[in-house]
Amino acid sequence: MTVALKPMTGADTAPDATILSVHDLTVSVRSQAGLLPLIKGVSFDLKRGETLAIAGESGSGKSITSLAIMGLLPPPAVRVTGGAITLGSSVLTTLPEAQMRSLRGNRIAMIFQEPMTSLNPVMTVGAQLIEAIRAHAPVSLRVARTEALAALTAVRLSDPARRMDQYPHELSGGMRQRVMIAMALALKPDVLIADEPTTALDVTVQREVLDLLRDLQKSHGTAILLITHDMGVVAEMADRVVIMRKGVIAETGTVAQIFDAPTATYTRELLSAVPRMGQGGELVARPDTPVVADLRDVQVRYDIRGGVLNRVTHRVHAVEGVSFDIREGETFSLVGESGCGKSTIARAIVGLAPHEGLIRVGDQTVGRMTAHARKRLSAATQIVFQDPMAALDSRMTVGDQIAEPLLIHGQGDAASRRDRAAHLMERVGLTTAQLDNYPHEFSGGQRQRICIARALALTPKLIVADESVSALDVSVQARVLDLLRALKDEFGIAMLFISHDMAVVENISDRVAVMQLGQIVEMGSRAQIFGNPRHAYTRRLMEAVPVPDPTFIRPTTPRMAGEIPNPVHGVGTVIARHRMQEVSKGHFVAQDA
Amino acid sequence: MTAAAATALGPEGVWRRLRRKPLALFGIVLVVLIVGAALLAPWLAPYDPFVQHFDGLTLFGEPLPPGGAYVLGTDLLGRDLLSRLLYGARTSLIIGVVANGIALVIGTIIGLTAGFFQGWIGAVLMRFTDLMMAFPALLLAICLAAIFQPSLWIVAFVIAMVNWVQTARVIYTETSALAARDYIAAERTLGASTWRILFKHILPHLVPMIIVWGTLGISTTVLLEATLSYLGVGVQPPTPSWGNIIFENQTYFQSAPWLVFFPGAAIVVLALAFNLVGDGLRDVLDPTLRGSD
Repeated sequence: MTVALKPMTGADTAPDATILSVHDLTVSVRSQAGLLPLIKGVSFDLKRGETLAIAGESGSGKSITSLAIMGLLPPPAVRVTGGAITLGSSVLTTLPEAQMRSLRGNRIAMIFQEPMTSLNPVMTVGAQLIEAIRAHAPVSLRVARTEALAALTAVRLSDPARRMDQYPHELSGGMRQRVMIAMALALKPDVLIADEPTTALDVTVQREVLDLLRDLQKSHGTAILLITHDMGVVAEMADRVVIMRKGVIAETGTVAQIFDAPTATYTRELLSAVPRMGQGGELVARPDTPVVADLRDVQVRYDIRGGVLNRVTHRVHAVEGVSFDIREGETFSLVGESGCGKSTIARAIVGLAPHEGLIRVGDQTVGRMTAHARKRLSAATQIVFQDPMAALDSRMTVGDQIAEPLLIHGQGDAASRRDRAAHLMERVGLTTAQLDNYPHEFSGGQRQRICIARALALTPKLIVADESVSALDVSVQARVLDLLRALKDEFGIAMLFISHDMAVVENISDRVAVMQLGQIVEMGSRAQIFGNPRHAYTRRLMEAVPVPDPTFIRPTTPRMAGEIPNPVHGVGTVIARHRMQEVSKGHFVAQDA
Repeated sequence: MTAAAATALGPEGVWRRLRRKPLALFGIVLVVLIVGAALLAPWLAPYDPFVQHFDGLTLFGEPLPPGGAYVLGTDLLGRDLLSRLLYGARTSLIIGVVANGIALVIGTIIGLTAGFFQGWIGAVLMRFTDLMMAFPALLLAICLAAIFQPSLWIVAFVIAMVNWVQTARVIYTETSALAARDYIAAERTLGASTWRILFKHILPHLVPMIIVWGTLGISTTVLLEATLSYLGVGVQPPTPSWGNIIFENQTYFQSAPWLVFFPGAAIVVLALAFNLVGDGLRDVLDPTLRGSD
């Protein structure tokens, strides 16, 4: 692709020129208690061709900062109440909306976390790109089409000509994010704001998108303002870093300064909370304890109907012949990317997904169960979901929700159940005074603690944690992981830990199974998997994890543009099962056909 | 927010919070006034609503405008409009509250069942609902009213049979969405029975929607009754209802506007009153909206 940089005004073209300057910015929200500042006194400069990362946890004001720059603060309650934002020679904070609109996309572009919601589902990718181009430049349809195609080629989408005529839902998450990047860069903006651009993506896809952003920055000379919570991404991408906390800047510095010699206490805390690979604690040798959960040749398939007669034409082979067991007091992790079937297994174990094959938890076989058997299963195993807000009933007090399992199982009377709920609340680090509060009055981490307390109420033998810490901030995540570990030891509970995050898995697991397309490709102790990964996919997963160390030099890997295989097959297709070979005691690796 | 403000609410708690909302309080006062007027009609009404007064018409046989001996004027037959409105409040309230209540209950039960169980039960119930929806409501009401001897209660029943459909549709959609949420899955893994999930965890979330539909439904039911009366299958004359007063007199709107204006205003005030109460109740019953009062 030929890159023609737009003619710039004199001052902008000099190398190292500051292109975007935020000075003493204050954004406030109008509330009943008066103007409340959301961010206060935020200042930073962004130079041409530079990547500046704004890192911080939720509520730190990093997204508000980016929205303020774009002039997209939600009116009328939230607005800039102090300071200035300057882009080149124009002061954005005083610019009328009409001029701001022509600037947006043209000189500053933005990509968001969730590409599906940022793309129009009823327009083809090409049409959206052409529309975006023509909204800012008076070019003919033909020229716009050529430019759109060039942009799609630049983001390394496979078969770009065909992608032009596809709709967003036909693309995978990674491809959609590439389209968003193509759209943002089609107009060759001076500044690209990337708000958590890879948070919703799998690690291997994240890797590709990050590589792409870096390559494009080199060729276009675009300045990137990267908003992220992931210190690994910061270390890999950023030249300079702004650490934000509760609406103010905690620390600013080059990436080396921030990681090697952080001055602010908060930066140090943040960095120490980041789960790192290769830092798992010593493995406690466990004697062969009794089996708590046993899965034998489990299959889960979902029918896809189609055609005139609405017959089953395809099936999603979500889980395909998975076998493993979990022993008492052990943490067994399932790790893999989205769509690999790990969450389906979690749901099957607690009886939420119909399956074939055998699943036993304790002495209860999971399957078609009577109400009585269902209760016995729920006494033996409980699940903690990813999004605690969705997993709690917003119209019931948390005390009632924690005590509810006891009520359902007819244990104790109202007073004793409340005592037990109070005890559990304290055990997970909340106070009994909060028993009568509703879920929305808690923070995300606290809500997850409530879910954990509810799961503990019946003292199950097995807790299934389905991405239970994925939605939490790193410092909160670290504390919830500590809590889970402590509770597991205290109550002697076994845990099935499901995650996409290799670093978290390494921190908490005793044994690990790596899943790909519904099958286990490698299984073994933590030391075996992380010390001696044998399967190519396991290695790829581990290599893709961003390393929170700016000095780390990543071995160059071939840039991938291909499509990710999916587990949808026509009816009657026989799926080749992996044959597992034991390479050392307890370490199984799939032999690829 | 203080801990006390967040605690679970009993009926007295609801009242305590409702009292602090001026608009809801205003709505309650209006409802009390309307209900009071309906109950006390025999004592409040200055005249017998059925009597055709000789001096209720001008010498040319025209109805009297408001003012004078007949405060709100008289109708075409020389009957006192105020008295007819007061007695009509009884009919309209019964229709509005009873018919609408039955419709809400039926709609909620069908929507909830279909939305929660899906499968063939859901398919059968919702196809039946669609069928009822496709059928012209008025035609259906006329058929039903023709089969049964029209009386106040039969009219209420007929209106309920026609009006549950929209509620069922809306409740169905909402229930399907709720049933797919994680907290329902969590309840299942806790071993909660279907009844428990339905009544403890789904129904409370539907309350705002039911309240909104309930209050909106009051005005539409009162008007549907009026239409039925107009077609001769509603509340039978000379029994007054706000709807049939409007329809009896609408052709004279140009020459005697008060005959349409006052009953029309009464319907608007009734609907408004219930809407205000409904809005207040919805806010008070939703824990996530608390603290803003």
